[in-house]
Amino acid sequence: MNDKMLMRGSHVIGEAAVRAGCRFYAGYPITPQNELTEYMAGAMARLEDGTFIQAESELAAVNMVIGAAMAGARAMTSSSSPGVSLKQEGISYLAAQELPAVIVNTMRGGPGLGNIAPSQGDYFQATRGGGHGDYRTIVLAPASGQELADITRKAFDYADTYRTPVMILGDGMIGQMMEPVVFPEPLDLKKLPPKPWILDGAKGRPSRIIRSLLLDVSVEEDQNWKLVRKYEQITREIPAAEKYLTDDARLVVVAYGTAARIAKGAIKRMRDIGLKVGLLRPITLWPFPNRILVEMSRWVRHFLVYEMSTGQMVEDVRLGLEGRSQVHFYGRPGGVVSTPEELSKVINTLYHRQNLQEE
Amino acid sequence: MTKKTIFAGFGGQGVLMMGYVLAVSAMRDGKNVTYLPSYGAEVRGGTANCTVVVSDEEIFSPVASSPEYAVIMNKPSLARYESMIKEGGVIVLNSSLIETNPSRTDLTVLRVPANDMAKELGSDRTINMIMLGAFVQQTGITTLDSIMNGLGEIVKGKKPAVMELNRKGLDKGAEFVLRGASQ
Repeated sequence: MNDKMLMRGSHVIGEAAVRAGCRFYAGYPITPQNELTEYMAGAMARLEDGTFIQAESELAAVNMVIGAAMAGARAMTSSSSPGVSLKQEGISYLAAQELPAVIVNTMRGGPGLGNIAPSQGDYFQATRGGGHGDYRTIVLAPASGQELADITRKAFDYADTYRTPVMILGDGMIGQMMEPVVFPEPLDLKKLPPKPWILDGAKGRPSRIIRSLLLDVSVEEDQNWKLVRKYEQITREIPAAEKYLTDDARLVVVAYGTAARIAKGAIKRMRDIGLKVGLLRPITLWPFPNRILVEMSRWVRHFLVYEMSTGQMVEDVRLGLEGRSQVHFYGRPGGVVSTPEELSKVINTLYHRQNLQEE
Repeated sequence: MTKKTIFAGFGGQGVLMMGYVLAVSAMRDGKNVTYLPSYGAEVRGGTANCTVVVSDEEIFSPVASSPEYAVIMNKPSLARYESMIKEGGVIVLNSSLIETNPSRTDLTVLRVPANDMAKELGSDRTINMIMLGAFVQQTGITTLDSIMNGLGEIVKGKKPAVMELNRKGLDKGAEFVLRGASQ
């Protein structure tokens, strides 16, 4: 069944997860991502070897995922901003114990309970770890239905390859919107690489231990450096970004997810009136695609970061550029989604204020 | 060509279904589409709306800040969306529930007495399909055949009577526009 299907973003993640071999899902309801939990309930029931649990809390759900990952399953949990905060302890444990798992955050307006509108306020939490301790989480930011399908597959592969938690960072709009999607063929679970570290009964072999309590400081230090070497490998291997009309651009907008789509609409308008504006859309938020950014700074003097927040990714852009180009910011927090018209006015003003039409 | 349409009305009037049928049909025509439902703490009898974008090109924003078309099912929705519609756009009104006319003079206004027409068909459940049939016939955003196919795909597995009733609604809406055009 490789037909194009019109599907809601949350359902796309669910179907793509099942096709990626996800056989364990635990979650606790929260808007605007309940459709994913709903989808997994149905999908896991249809599978012979699928397990779906509506847990008693977000904490319980993420800890169930820890257990499933230890036992070798491709496991997933999902929530929205306030619920993801609750899962952070578990994500820290996943990272510490080098367990693969996929966590979906369908961001909503915050802080606190906030609202249920699309937002990007959880960038810091997602990319800086979120939980306690010295660790990183791979963070992927899809911007369309098709990309949700492709990225969900990748998320499970990255999680297994690097034995680390992977977060898919979407928002209420990505989750609710329907777009045509073509899914990859389902993976054959038997063909996945073996996991020689899982806890599946020690009969006939020495026991294995998976733990994060390392009281001996030198052992813990070794473990931290081991994680760092892994993170450096990830940083070399997976950064990804989409470039749109950047080759001759004098101003490049940097935006991810829903914000990037709004930005593209605005950039199209600017191009129509002759302004040389392009888009850089990070697809991996951690690791951040620094190399692409630096490369672009050779001809782009001005970057405008647009986020549905008060400014979080803008710090990574500044860090990545290390002063090579000027960084400007425009953001709308609290669940407000700008229109392309609104953003094109911002771009237009900046373009002329910096006298970029004269160059 | 990119066309944005907003469908709006009371929850329960089949507003989301109209948009969904259009989106599936246009996708099968080979177009790019996005379908964005309103979501929130909304209940039956509250307001509901969805935005469908149909395009030959990549669709950027799924939000219709200034849609070319609007299908308006009730009075509060007219008040809310009238000012947003693009200059020279088309507005299809359910005139059974909306006596007033838009105050804007640059819009093409099509008044469809959908509730009354549905009574003639013997089922309130055809109101949305009557509106959709009229909308498609008026704008040519896709063909009635495509809509029928899209609908067939969506209601697949349901009772044949359901499909038949919906089909009648679509036809009736389209005929209403054709008759008006020939007059």
